[in-house]
Amino acid sequence: MFSRDRWNEILEALTANWFRTILTAFGVFWGIFILVILLAAGKGLENGVKQGFGDIATNTMFMWTQVASKPYKGLPKGRRYNFKIGDVASIREQVPGLLYISPRNQLGGFGGTNNVVRGLNTGAFNVYGDYPEIIKQDPITITSGRFVNYGDIDNNRKVAVIGEGVKKELFKFGEEPIGEYIKIQGVSFMVIGTYLKKSNNGDREQGQKEIYVPFTSFSQAFNRADNVGWMAITAEDNNSITNLKKDIIDVVKTNHTIHPEDNRAVGNFDLYEEFSKINGLFVALKGVAYFVGILVLLSGIIGISNIMLIVVKERTKEIGIRRALGASPWSVRGQILLESIFLTIVSGMTGIAVSTGVIFLVNKILEGVPASEETMFANPSVNLTVVFVALLILISSGLLAGLIPAQVAIKTKPIDALRAE
Amino acid sequence: MIEIKDLHKSYHMGSNSLHVLKGINFNVKEGELVAIMGSSGSGKSTLLNILGMLDEADSGAYFLDAIPIKNLNEKIAARYRNKFLGFIFQSFNLITYKNALDNVAMPLYYQGIKRKERSEKAMHYLEKVGLGDWATHLPNELSGGQKQRVAIARAMASEPKVLLADEPTGALDTKTSYEVMELIQGINDEGKTILIVTHEDDIAHMTKRVVNLKDGVIIDDTLVEQVRATANV
Repeated sequence: MFSRDRWNEILEALTANWFRTILTAFGVFWGIFILVILLAAGKGLENGVKQGFGDIATNTMFMWTQVASKPYKGLPKGRRYNFKIGDVASIREQVPGLLYISPRNQLGGFGGTNNVVRGLNTGAFNVYGDYPEIIKQDPITITSGRFVNYGDIDNNRKVAVIGEGVKKELFKFGEEPIGEYIKIQGVSFMVIGTYLKKSNNGDREQGQKEIYVPFTSFSQAFNRADNVGWMAITAEDNNSITNLKKDIIDVVKTNHTIHPEDNRAVGNFDLYEEFSKINGLFVALKGVAYFVGILVLLSGIIGISNIMLIVVKERTKEIGIRRALGASPWSVRGQILLESIFLTIVSGMTGIAVSTGVIFLVNKILEGVPASEETMFANPSVNLTVVFVALLILISSGLLAGLIPAQVAIKTKPIDALRAE
Repeated sequence: MIEIKDLHKSYHMGSNSLHVLKGINFNVKEGELVAIMGSSGSGKSTLLNILGMLDEADSGAYFLDAIPIKNLNEKIAARYRNKFLGFIFQSFNLITYKNALDNVAMPLYYQGIKRKERSEKAMHYLEKVGLGDWATHLPNELSGGQKQRVAIARAMASEPKVLLADEPTGALDTKTSYEVMELIQGINDEGKTILIVTHEDDIAHMTKRVVNLKDGVIIDDTLVEQVRATANV
C-alpha cells in the first residue's frame, strides 16, 4: 500500500494541476494555522494573566478577624476579638493537609504616615512581623544578605529585610544597607537583607516598599503580646484550600467562642477560588479556540472533499482505463483516499510549521519588550499534545474528505467510465 | 479459447427496454484473428464489452479458456481482465500524464510486478511496436498511429490470452490504419488470439474470419482470405 509506485502515482496525480492542488491545500493550511494561533494566543493570555499573580502560592487563603455578629454563650454580638499565636498550633493540630500557616502582624499600610526613619530620611512603609515560611507563600527574591530565619524568631532579634524601594528612599545611591540600622516607630532594627518582589497586578512599585521583621521581635517591639493580625494559610498540593477552609474557620471559632453559624466573624479571602475562576475562564477560552479552529479546519476539509470530487469526475475516464487494465476497486479507492490524506497532512503540517514559526517570531518580539507590570500577554505557545491532536484531526479529516469521492470513483462501472468524454 | 452460448443483453432506459443482444452463439479458437462487423446499433460493441468483462450479460454462458465467466464481483473481474485480456480502444485511452513507457507498464503494475522488471518488460513491448525511442514521451507528443501502437504495446504487456480491439483504426487515416493492422497481423502470426470490432470492410478483410452482426444476432460467420496490410500500403 505504501510502495514507491503508489507514491509516484499520488505525486503524479497531485502535480498534474499545481495551481488547483495549492488552492485546495490552502484551505486546510489556513484551518490548522488558525487553530494553532488561537490556541497559542489563549495560552499567551493565560500566561500573561497568571504572571500577574506573581509567584504567589495559589493554593492559599488569607484570614483575619472581624466583629462577631451573633451572641453566643453569654457573649454579646458586636464583640471584637483577636487571633492568638496559639490558634496556629491548634489549626495545625486539628486540620491535616496544610503546608504553611503564617501568622502575620502589620504596621502602616496604604496612606499611612511616615513610620521609618534613618538619619534625615523618613518614609511610610508597610512593616510585617513574619515567620520564615512567608517567603514560600508570597515569594520575594533576596538581592543581598538573607531573609528572616528561626534563629531570629527564637532570639527576638531586631533585624529587618527591606525592599529595594525602601533602600532607595532611606539610603544614598551605592550605599551598602546591610549592617546599618533603621528606626521603625522609634525602635532600631538592623538591616540584614534586601529583596525584589516580582510584578503583582499593578502594585509592583508598592511591593518594593515593605519591610519584613521577625514575628516575635515585632510583637515585642510594638506591644502586640500574643495577638495575630492575620494569617496566610497554604494547603498541600493535593488538597485544595477551598475544601479545608471551613475546618480551619471552625477551629478558630471554637477557640474564640464564636457562634458556629456566625459567618461574619472570620473574614477570609480564598486565592485558590479566585485562581480557579480564572482557570475556568481559560478552559472556556481554549474551548472556544478549538471550536473556531476546528470549524475553520472543517471548511478546509470540505474544500478538499469538493476538489477531490471534481478530480474524480475529471478522471472518470482515467479510472475507467485503470479498471479495464485490472485495477481493483480497492486500488482505486485507496488511491483517492491516499491522495486526500496526503494532501491534508502535507498542507496541515505546513500550517503547523508556519503557525509555530509565527509564534516563535512573536516570542522573539515579546522578549525584546521590557517586562512591564501591564503586560497581559506572555510566551504564547502550544504544547506537543496539541500538535498531535491536530495531526490526528488531519489524518481523520483527510480520510473523511476522501471517503465520498473514493466511493463515487468506484461506483461508476468501468464501461460507463470509459465512455465518458 | 472463447465460447459463448445463447447470450442475451438488454438495456433499460426508464420504462423502455432495448434488447441489444438476442441470443449469440459464438466460438473462437486459439490463434484466430476475428473481425466483428455490423452497423451502429447492431450490438457489436456490447458484445465486445461483455467479452471484455466490462459489462455483464443478462443470460447465457461465457467461457474464457474454459473458465466460466459469471457472477463476477468487481475485484475478480478486475483480476481476470488484468490476467486474461488486453484492450485496444478507438480513442487509445492512454493516461495523459504518464509517458509511453509508464503507460505500457500500467497492467504490470496492477499485477504487482516489481518496478525494474516492469520497466524492462514494458520497454521490450514498446520496442516491439517500434517505439523504443519514444519511451519517455507523453501521449500528446505522439501521433495518432504512435498512440495506438503504445496502446497495443500496453495491451500486450500483461501477456493476455486474448486481445480485444474496439475500432482500433477508427480514429486513424488509411495509411496509419494499415500500419496498425500490419502490427496486429504480426502479433496474430505469433499465435495471439485477437478480436477486432470494426465497421470498415477493408480492415475486416485483413482478418482471417468475419462475423457479421445485425440487430443483435449473428447473420453471417465466414472464414476469409486474409489480405496482408503491407500489400495495401
